[in-house]
Amino acid sequence: MGFFDDKQAWLGEVFAQYPATPEGRRSALMPMLRRVQQEEGWISPERQEEIAQILETTTTEVAGVMSFYSYYQALPTGQYHLQVCATLSCAIGGGDELWDELVNELQILRGDVSDDGLFSIQKVECLGSCHTAPVVQVNDEPYLECVTKARLHALLQGLRQGKRLEEIVLPGKVGHVVHNRGDEVGA
Amino acid sequence: MSSGPIVSGKDPRFEATLYKHVGQPGSWTLGYYLANGGYQALRKAIQQGQDWVIDEVKKSGLRGRGGAGFPTGMKWSFMPKNTGKQHYIVCNADESEPGSFKDRYLMEDDPHQLIEGMMIAGVGIQANKGYIYVRGEYRRAYDRLAAAIQEAYSQGYLGQDVMGTGFSFDLYVHRGAGAYICGEETALMNSLEGLRANPRMKPPFPAQAGLWGMPTTINNVESLCSAVHIVQRGADWFASMGTEKSKGHKLFQVSGPFKRPGVYELPLGTTFRELLFDYAGGPTEPIQALIPGGSSCPPLPWNDEILDTPMDYESISAKGSLLGTGGVIGIPTSMSMVDAMWNVTRFYGHESCGKCTPCREGVSGWMVSLFEKMGTGQGQKGDVELLENMLDQIEGRSFCALADAACWPVRGSLKHFRNQFVDVVEKGKPVERMGSRWG
Repeated sequence: MGFFDDKQAWLGEVFAQYPATPEGRRSALMPMLRRVQQEEGWISPERQEEIAQILETTTTEVAGVMSFYSYYQALPTGQYHLQVCATLSCAIGGGDELWDELVNELQILRGDVSDDGLFSIQKVECLGSCHTAPVVQVNDEPYLECVTKARLHALLQGLRQGKRLEEIVLPGKVGHVVHNRGDEVGA
Repeated sequence: MSSGPIVSGKDPRFEATLYKHVGQPGSWTLGYYLANGGYQALRKAIQQGQDWVIDEVKKSGLRGRGGAGFPTGMKWSFMPKNTGKQHYIVCNADESEPGSFKDRYLMEDDPHQLIEGMMIAGVGIQANKGYIYVRGEYRRAYDRLAAAIQEAYSQGYLGQDVMGTGFSFDLYVHRGAGAYICGEETALMNSLEGLRANPRMKPPFPAQAGLWGMPTTINNVESLCSAVHIVQRGADWFASMGTEKSKGHKLFQVSGPFKRPGVYELPLGTTFRELLFDYAGGPTEPIQALIPGGSSCPPLPWNDEILDTPMDYESISAKGSLLGTGGVIGIPTSMSMVDAMWNVTRFYGHESCGKCTPCREGVSGWMVSLFEKMGTGQGQKGDVELLENMLDQIEGRSFCALADAACWPVRGSLKHFRNQFVDVVEKGKPVERMGSRWG
């Protein structure tokens, strides 16, 4: 069965956002890739082909767009895909040390999935939360901010216990939740 | 302080508007927005009409807040009139310049302000359809925008005959998927059309042939939100803040080792010192360099002269850098400038779209490789000159500004911190943190 077979209503809503022309229809590509990525953790060649058929384009075109963007994965990922920001402000705030900690703890590298199927990791470029460096994003959930090693371990532990992300309590606090990083937590 | 333009956040006449509601409970709901005077500026814009809206925004002196600083009113006036074609207003919410995170909270905590700004721009350019291109990682911003749009439709603030005025407007959100280049307006349009986000040749400019070939205007989130207050309070109010050529207020962002990093709304012309000490609480460790407006802006040395420089387009240019997005990054003395620039170069190398040779081979290939060589302690005499030579070959020769954005910070670093580069090369000592290698 195709991925989109039971998602025709959703697909209709997506197409309705863009002009009812062949070019407009093509705009559904990114939302479709995202939907597959969200639900399956990666976008397999079969899914790429399915998308190409629906959009009446070639699989190569789909793969070309897919490979352009960092979010779409061409290899399977773990249940929790941990993305660590590596760009300047996060690097200043300790993002690289955090990455090393993660690699040591999970014993995996980019492209691997941990044996229990739970985790995969990726260094990503600026996530746009430079004041709360270093930042980690799990799947496409809202960011985890000011991630010290203690907070990272609490996160991993919580996920291993099967808790949902929003249930996991991280030690320390992020100061004023909106504006400031606060003095208590950080590099 | 009571006469003359407002150039300090401490001036009693200065009042926060853009960020007034950020951080307030429930600020993202329609009920909250309406209770605080929401959608009245749109009503005024519709009543006054297209020409008035463009004139008012022109008179205000508002310049695009996405980084390039192009006058917003002038951009709107480039749109052809009465073409009978579909016009589009597109919001560039792809905020990806390292050091920038202001638009995120505008969308998370005040989405209706942006929706209203999109519609005001729609009045200005005869567009009845709009897209918000929000970067894919901004999950909460997307959720809040989607909910706000739904709420606005359900209560007649979007859709047919908005507020009974006869004005109609449809608004959609398109999510990116992690590509810095999508902040370039023609690349953004390609991305919205479901293509690889390579920039397009200009001309034709988006106002002539943009999204799906139709007349299109693309504005930054903060620019559109500013338009709401310009329409509501008048151009004179906006122009009473800032310096002669840099009018109004701006969201400044502070990151790096400061006590209270974050977003601060201040008049243009406020000094770095006021932002970094009075608001951000001062540094928590010694700082050697400041990047004034996102990572593409040349770093400036941390000294009294720079700290007392007003943050406006002209004053920062005069010091050899750019206001950019207003994202100030402090680079601590503990981090080698070679390492900092290695990191920044790796960023631009990773984000190069690969369309043109100077950027693909020059930035992603040569510059990144040379930094890797120097950073890992394998530098040789002549490498600094080689780096300069590369900058000469790349800068100004690429298809879009991404390669320039990669060159400027390195050139600025070589100007002010050349000794650190020479040191690394001549001693063959790896830079201490070595974190900038891609993991």
